[in-house]
Amino acid sequence: MRTLPFLVIAALILVGGLFLPQFVGNPYYFFAGYVVLQYVVIATGWNILGGYAGYINFGTSAFFGAGVYVAAFLIKAFGAPLPVQILAAGVVGMLLGVATGYLTLRIQGVYFSIATVALVVVLETLIHNIDYLGGASGMQTIAPPAPAWFGGQTQYVFCAMLVLAVVAVVAARFIERSWIGRSLRAIKASEPAAEACGVPTLSMKLVACAISGAIIAIAGAPYAYYASHVDPLSAFSLTIGLNALAMPLIGGTRSWIGPVIGALLLASVQQIATVTISSEFNILAVGIVLIAFVVLAPEGILGLIADLKEKLRRRGARP
Amino acid sequence: MNGLVLENVCAGYGAVTVLHDVSLTVREGELVALLGMNGNGKSTLLNAILGFVRPSAGSIRLDWEGESTELSGREPHRVVDLGIGYVPEGRRLVPNLTVEENLRLAAAGRSRPDLKDNLAFCFETFPILAERRRQLASTMSGGQQQQLAIARALMTSPRIMVIDEPSVGLAPIVVDQMIQAIKTLQSEKNMTILMAEQSFFQAVEVASRAYVLAHGRVVHAIEHGLDADAIETIRKAMMGVD
Repeated sequence: MRTLPFLVIAALILVGGLFLPQFVGNPYYFFAGYVVLQYVVIATGWNILGGYAGYINFGTSAFFGAGVYVAAFLIKAFGAPLPVQILAAGVVGMLLGVATGYLTLRIQGVYFSIATVALVVVLETLIHNIDYLGGASGMQTIAPPAPAWFGGQTQYVFCAMLVLAVVAVVAARFIERSWIGRSLRAIKASEPAAEACGVPTLSMKLVACAISGAIIAIAGAPYAYYASHVDPLSAFSLTIGLNALAMPLIGGTRSWIGPVIGALLLASVQQIATVTISSEFNILAVGIVLIAFVVLAPEGILGLIADLKEKLRRRGARP
Repeated sequence: MNGLVLENVCAGYGAVTVLHDVSLTVREGELVALLGMNGNGKSTLLNAILGFVRPSAGSIRLDWEGESTELSGREPHRVVDLGIGYVPEGRRLVPNLTVEENLRLAAAGRSRPDLKDNLAFCFETFPILAERRRQLASTMSGGQQQQLAIARALMTSPRIMVIDEPSVGLAPIVVDQMIQAIKTLQSEKNMTILMAEQSFFQAVEVASRAYVLAHGRVVHAIEHGLDADAIETIRKAMMGVD
């Protein structure tokens, strides 16, 4: 997709979404839409490190949880408004990304992934021991009321998440097409060769970690507002880490649109399954779909589409 | 004198020492062949120059225009920035990027105003790359990929090119073309080149000088010109028959 149509579509989605509360009454749609959009942000953030650079992060929920608790802290301490919570979560996520990256990116491949699992445990344990943030049992987060224009709390956080999703996707697309994206793809292909091209691999990986961490953390920030209650179990939930890598893999990790497709599909299916079957069914569904894609379409939906195009082209070329 | 000077370099992996007291010189404008059979330390030597392997002793110096820079102990991308272009063994292209993207990548993250000039220079040197600039690197033949790998190193504005076994995995006729292309880079474009090779005859035919590595030591160094006698001696040295 060319840049101008892309930006026009992004702007239309943004404006359309922001006016949605004026036309749709039932708050449940915003409730469900929030979760779907939240996963668009998470999957997009994850893909910058996991898809472009090939560093699989199992610790997504650490970054998400950090965002949740930064927001919770700001609500409790200062009654800070949502935009401030989001910005602060982004900064903390970025710092956390750089710190994690600095400690772990010297180890390559699967060892990096293992190290990110530890990060979740470390942060969750940390929160368990901070009484001010409610410890293991969590705490209420009574946020300041939403601006009246949005018509309610749920509509307000939905719109906030929509803005975040559009910003995250635009950023991911920009990164993908810039020299940063090219450097990351070179790192994924071969780190020594990237170095030989003069790509400072460690710095580039740190940049990817910082951006990825920031995006995932801002996805967590509105949660405190949305749920009015935070606890370590849901903030550092396994489901988030699992979805974060399942969605880009299902959609396709090579391009910005892959995680978007994966997140829209999988998160919608999960929302429908929660209402119609049971909420416990979610994880099972993710597992089954993930295995199916790994076996049948390792390049995700984008790969399937590319194969299909190739087949059609060949058929067309044949007399 | 402009050139790359290695003095008494020792290097290896963990407890294993691969290179023992290696000294060699590459002067501006030369095409120096580094010969040796597999497992004698050619790649380790090039990796040490680039900074992938840290020498345990000795010095690797780039002398250029009156400035002398120690390369050992620096990260590879710094070494590349200082003017060593590197063509790795097995090409190591980015398969899912196009030819042009692979080339632009090599100028990534640097404020090089000469990106355009370099790109034009690459396309002029290897016209097939200009023709296929929008094609994915993975869909090209071995010889074309090798050309791309060399062009990618040219994109970093190198003072000295270090090329690791350009003939690996290529058909014999393509090996000849490749070695000739490297010779042309030196003779017509005035590039300074250090090339590790085991295709002995092709390499000595084009090289200004040669070093033979055996068991991690320089067992033979041809300091001036390669005549028939010199070629016979290094052949024996390389095969270990003398």
